[in-house]
Amino acid sequence: MKAYPHRHLLGIEELSPEHVQTILDTADGLREVLDRPIKKVPALRGKTVVNLFYEPSTRTRASFEVAEKVLSADSLSITTATSSVQKGETLLDTARNLEAMNPDMIVIRHSSSGAPHFLARHCRSAIVNAGDGAHEHPTQALLDALTLRQKKGRLKGLRVAIVGDLLHSRVMRSNVWLLTKMGADVVLCAPPTLVPPGIEALAPVTHRIDEAVEGADAVMMLRIQRERMTGGFYPSDREYHLRFGLTAARAARAKKDVLILHPGPMNRGVEIASEVADGPYSVILDQVTNGVAVRMAVLYLLLGGSAEAVA
Amino acid sequence: MKERVLLKGGRVVDPSQGIDEPLDVLLDSGVVEALGKASAKGAEVIDVSGLVVCPGFIDLHVHLREPGREDKETIATGTRAAAAGGFTAVCAMPNTEPVNDQAGITRFILDRARAEGAVRVYPIGAITKGSMGEEIAEYGDLREAGCVAVSDDGRPVASARVFRRALEYAKAFDLTVIDHCEEPTLAQGASMNEGPVATLLGLRGNPSAGEAMIVERDVLLADLTGGKVHVAHLSTALGAEAVRRGKARGVRVTAEATPHHMLLTDSLVKESGYDTSTKMNPPLRSESDREALLEALRDGTVDCIATDHAPHAVDDKKCEYDLAAFGIVGLETAVALCLDRLVGAGVVDLPRLVALLSTNPARVLGLPGGTLAPGSPADVTVLDLARKVKVDPARFESRGRNSPFGGWSLKGGPAMTLVGGRVVFTA
Repeated sequence: MKAYPHRHLLGIEELSPEHVQTILDTADGLREVLDRPIKKVPALRGKTVVNLFYEPSTRTRASFEVAEKVLSADSLSITTATSSVQKGETLLDTARNLEAMNPDMIVIRHSSSGAPHFLARHCRSAIVNAGDGAHEHPTQALLDALTLRQKKGRLKGLRVAIVGDLLHSRVMRSNVWLLTKMGADVVLCAPPTLVPPGIEALAPVTHRIDEAVEGADAVMMLRIQRERMTGGFYPSDREYHLRFGLTAARAARAKKDVLILHPGPMNRGVEIASEVADGPYSVILDQVTNGVAVRMAVLYLLLGGSAEAVA
Repeated sequence: MKERVLLKGGRVVDPSQGIDEPLDVLLDSGVVEALGKASAKGAEVIDVSGLVVCPGFIDLHVHLREPGREDKETIATGTRAAAAGGFTAVCAMPNTEPVNDQAGITRFILDRARAEGAVRVYPIGAITKGSMGEEIAEYGDLREAGCVAVSDDGRPVASARVFRRALEYAKAFDLTVIDHCEEPTLAQGASMNEGPVATLLGLRGNPSAGEAMIVERDVLLADLTGGKVHVAHLSTALGAEAVRRGKARGVRVTAEATPHHMLLTDSLVKESGYDTSTKMNPPLRSESDREALLEALRDGTVDCIATDHAPHAVDDKKCEYDLAAFGIVGLETAVALCLDRLVGAGVVDLPRLVALLSTNPARVLGLPGGTLAPGSPADVTVLDLARKVKVDPARFESRGRNSPFGGWSLKGGPAMTLVGGRVVFTA
């Protein structure tokens, strides 16, 4: 049996705990490559990956590109600002034209929820969701989990607070699925205007950040997504920071060895105070390194590697 | 074909006259001449034994797209779809390009319908000029040219003041105002029902309260003005409750519901993996809304079943979910869906279904038909309750292929459609 049976990675929701485990173990095995003097293995030689980015991205795109290069895949990145999308080409036409060049995989970032599912229905390539609208961002949740597991030795039983703009956050959705599947104890926190209806079916919600942070093993801060806001979710950045931002005083309510995560990019002084972002328990930069390892694992497993080969 | 047609050996179901019994139906010169034993002399005899003969079905809510969007549908293709679906008449919504807000456009639609229409077409005029929600249109001219109601379907009238004036002014011409009940600021940017499913899918939601508050507003304004309001495509439990209370108070309010809102829920958006044929407005709602609609159908809160037939070109739907056009086609699936999933499932009996599809829509807008009483138009829908129907959008007469019912197997469907005594469709 293949360790990872899915053809695509569209979301965390449809993965079993065993599949999550497989991806994380594979990432752990592959991370070592990044510390070698020559950071290259031939695992995906001859495979072609297209990174198709319809939204601005620094971390995710760079991270996929590095992962592809380390595994020796041939890759090309297309961003909409410099592509035929500017000339009005549809997503499907763009994808089909790229497919005519016979790639093995398309990594897609798109502002429309479900765009990767649409491609999966109409394309031959394996599709990896690099963030779709407010739906999911599975590799982000995987890299967060890898970071937590690395620092805490486990996911089961960890108390994790996810705080911030829950409404627009694909990172939150993927993380809630992943962490609850793996037995962590998740609490969500946001002002009521930024809580998506029905999310409490997946994890408890509080509007008081002090309560959310109390005794937490990890606090995951979410960015206020100004670009997705059509106005009026909270009165001012000042009040948001005062009532819902992670300050040093609030972080002190968590466990002594709390980990502070943020998927980036940060709005310093809004959802997170600089002293916390740059503080001793911030693992924000570890997240970035682990991002490469997780993406290597996903590429490797989807493009035909097996978990045993790298263990 | 002869002017005289005898439909022989069928079971006549005509709720307008309380008839449900085996009777022959004689049609002559475009009208119903007699029910029961009649001289068939000189008539073409059509054997309808084993079939059900009903007054022609009337769909109050159809988008024919002509003029302006003939790539999506034309009056010719849309009315052929209606005939194939068992409808003898359709009401054409005014959100064409240009909007049907002037007598000249109404006349154009009726001219095209006379020349190419397979079934009767009753145009609906706009509530406001250009359906912009600001100034009421020329209802006198629209009525005289042939409009049977006014509506800004798809562009809900936001201003209570404008809607009030519309209800008042429409009284002068005995026009019903059909409202797409949606509070626009709450529905902004939404592509499906607000709720747990939208949350998991990361799609912006349209809350049921946004429909209900406008139904409430319209009922209050109909009460205030004495005008007649018809609620298009009712989709929520709260909206149904508002109609029910309005009716109990004696307000002149009627309502329609679509087969898709009665049979599907928002969970289909997820199960289908963001299939854009699940996207329409109002959106598929929750299971409790769906159950409330069925109850409203049973207790008479819902007066008629209408399709909201909304054909689109393939490219309008073959794209990202939030960018896809709203709407699905319905003319060629509605009757089979209702026979199988409403009558077959015991929600309503057959005479009640015929009332919902024929007698009631005629009564709501004061249209000819809806009855087989002698002297009425010879518009007849013949049903085959045993017919096996497999829904295949590729074979629709409509230009639209956007149906969430593709692949469904249904029992019962239209067998024959006659308009003015002429057979326009045979299964």
